[in-house]
Amino acid sequence: MNGKILSDGFRNPRHAEALVAAIHEEADSGRHYRIMEFCGGHTHAIARNGLADLLPDPVKLVHGPGCPVCVLPVGRLIMAMELAQREEVILTSYGDMLRVPAGPGRSLTRARAEGADVRMVYSPLDALEMARANPHRQVVFLAIGFETTAPATAAVVKRARAEGIKNFSVLCNHVVTVTAMTAVLDGEDGRRIDGLIGPGHVSCVIGADAFAGVARHYQRPIVISGFEPLDMLDTVLRAVRRLNAGEAGVENAYGRALDGAGNKQAQALMAEVFALRESFEWRGLGTVAASGYRLADDFAAFDAESRFELQYRVVPEPKSCECPSVLRGAKEPEDCVLFGKACTPEQPVGACMVSSEGACAAAYLFRRDARRLSA
Amino acid sequence: MTKKPDCIELTHGSGGLATDRLISDLFMAAFDNPELARRNDGAVIDRVDGRIVVSTDGHVVTPLFFPGGDIGQLAVHGTVNDVAVMGAEPLSLTAGFIIEEGFEVALLEKIVRSMGAASRAAGVPVVAGDTKVVERGKADGVFITTTGIGWLKDGIDLSCEQARPGDAVLVSGTVGDHGLTILAAREGLDLGPELKSDSAALHAMTKRLTEAVPGLKVMRDATRGGLAAVLHEIAEASGVGMLITEAAVPVSDAVKGAGELLGLDPFHVANEGKLVAVCPAEQAEAALQALRADSRGSQAAIIGTVTDDADRFIEIETPFGGRRLLTRPEGDPLPRIC
Repeated sequence: MNGKILSDGFRNPRHAEALVAAIHEEADSGRHYRIMEFCGGHTHAIARNGLADLLPDPVKLVHGPGCPVCVLPVGRLIMAMELAQREEVILTSYGDMLRVPAGPGRSLTRARAEGADVRMVYSPLDALEMARANPHRQVVFLAIGFETTAPATAAVVKRARAEGIKNFSVLCNHVVTVTAMTAVLDGEDGRRIDGLIGPGHVSCVIGADAFAGVARHYQRPIVISGFEPLDMLDTVLRAVRRLNAGEAGVENAYGRALDGAGNKQAQALMAEVFALRESFEWRGLGTVAASGYRLADDFAAFDAESRFELQYRVVPEPKSCECPSVLRGAKEPEDCVLFGKACTPEQPVGACMVSSEGACAAAYLFRRDARRLSA
Repeated sequence: MTKKPDCIELTHGSGGLATDRLISDLFMAAFDNPELARRNDGAVIDRVDGRIVVSTDGHVVTPLFFPGGDIGQLAVHGTVNDVAVMGAEPLSLTAGFIIEEGFEVALLEKIVRSMGAASRAAGVPVVAGDTKVVERGKADGVFITTTGIGWLKDGIDLSCEQARPGDAVLVSGTVGDHGLTILAAREGLDLGPELKSDSAALHAMTKRLTEAVPGLKVMRDATRGGLAAVLHEIAEASGVGMLITEAAVPVSDAVKGAGELLGLDPFHVANEGKLVAVCPAEQAEAALQALRADSRGSQAAIIGTVTDDADRFIEIETPFGGRRLLTRPEGDPLPRIC
């Protein structure tokens, strides 16, 4: 891949200037445009490129819950910690997950330092390979993520079954984007959100049409965006136009990557391997019906929860941590008393400070005004 | 005549005959210089007219061979540069090898010859050394620690805490080349011939720069943590901030592409042949010309200015006119999840 394609195509400052000028011209100073970027990847792209500075006052971007590491409640992480303590278990997960605090001084990284066998993987395939290489150990993959990472987990579980691998299982924490979006809009803070920026990568899997019901029911525009600066500015402009015209509905501004239907093969895999849980607890959103996946009954043999008889317990959030409000778009990271003091990327208290996609990490790392306000 | 062994064995580090043979056949031949040939416990360095600068650096890189270089030449360039960016002229190096039992002799030969070639090209001989062999599993192939000695002319006093508001910040060329080459190699990605390490000795460049810019305040080798780490260290030590123009920082297209693919910021990954310099604004143009006059500095650029900032923030002006903070790299750069 050549970086020139990006700099000339999707990061061209002249085109950005034209888009910014159009947003300024079309945004009506007499109203507000509170637009939630659902996805943590977008939160990061906005902060990384300093895009919020360029928007006129009435246009305000609000962070959403689309950071997989951030929304996993502490109770689920504790289940993983319990597994990691077992002699026979090799616990695997993505890098970000390992640093999330599970209470004061507790995390998977810390457990590893104390002797647990916790390993970082880039893909669940690496975990499966580890299971093949360690037939006398139990390899568990701590699976997290929206529909972006879920198909990969599904494919690996299917392969494990096909190969008859007995020492591999998944602690499944995959979550459903559309249901989470509904939960945000149903909440008290949801009323203040005028429109949404839809997640580009998730939509590649589930398709743009998957959001049509939400847009119609809540009468909001949802513009699905790519992750380059020009994508984001173009998306904001489209959302402003729709809000001016009073038009709800889904608009696909990421046409180069996705269509209405999404990836049918990935959808079929997920439908085969996963089943919806009755409910799932989210950090920030509370318990939401039908918002999480478990392994379907046909694949129950690979479900770590039943294999190791794990019980989920609700664990209270760290005191004073505003992650829940930040994830609903109700508060800015810098509104939290811990932000930049007790909670920093090096010593995180809340999950939003851990992940590179977390709103608190993005604010701390990239935004001078946020650092100032908290000082 | 005995057959050469294929693998390094523990006896090669025991100080006996095998060690002796390894030293004569390989190290003495590759580093060939009179001081080393005397085979004393230490090397004698001639009297110099100035202060002595000394620096040491351990080199542990996976893979040992990568596009644009190998651990051997890295061990020479890294330490030569550490001495050179102090404003000193590097005189000589020492090298300590820790070799894992079972390491292939042919690879060791390749590394040591490459090191010898780099040291000759730089004109900085390896005058003393040491070899140890450790049990299999106690090291990763080979580790090389080099120490460099140089002399510093009176009147040259470069140091991190000397940046002042209004000063210009320069970089000697494209950033991120070495780090992304290594990380792409680790991931088994072949991203084409343009992506290669920038490993190079910079003492000719630093000499030119110190001569051309009498007011030069800071020079730093932008190795681990990349450009971002060095800018933060300078700002921290000097109690200042910086404003950097993102578009002014040279990054090759190949590095931009690799960075996108791996989810890594070229500002955050290592360079092995790039320096950052700070000088008074009025001497910035002279500094730029001096850097560009060097074959390794043709893409040198003025990238920003030092600001008065009690928070010591490094701010980046993005190509779109917005601003963000330049993050300080933490830990090993990891590719993102999704």
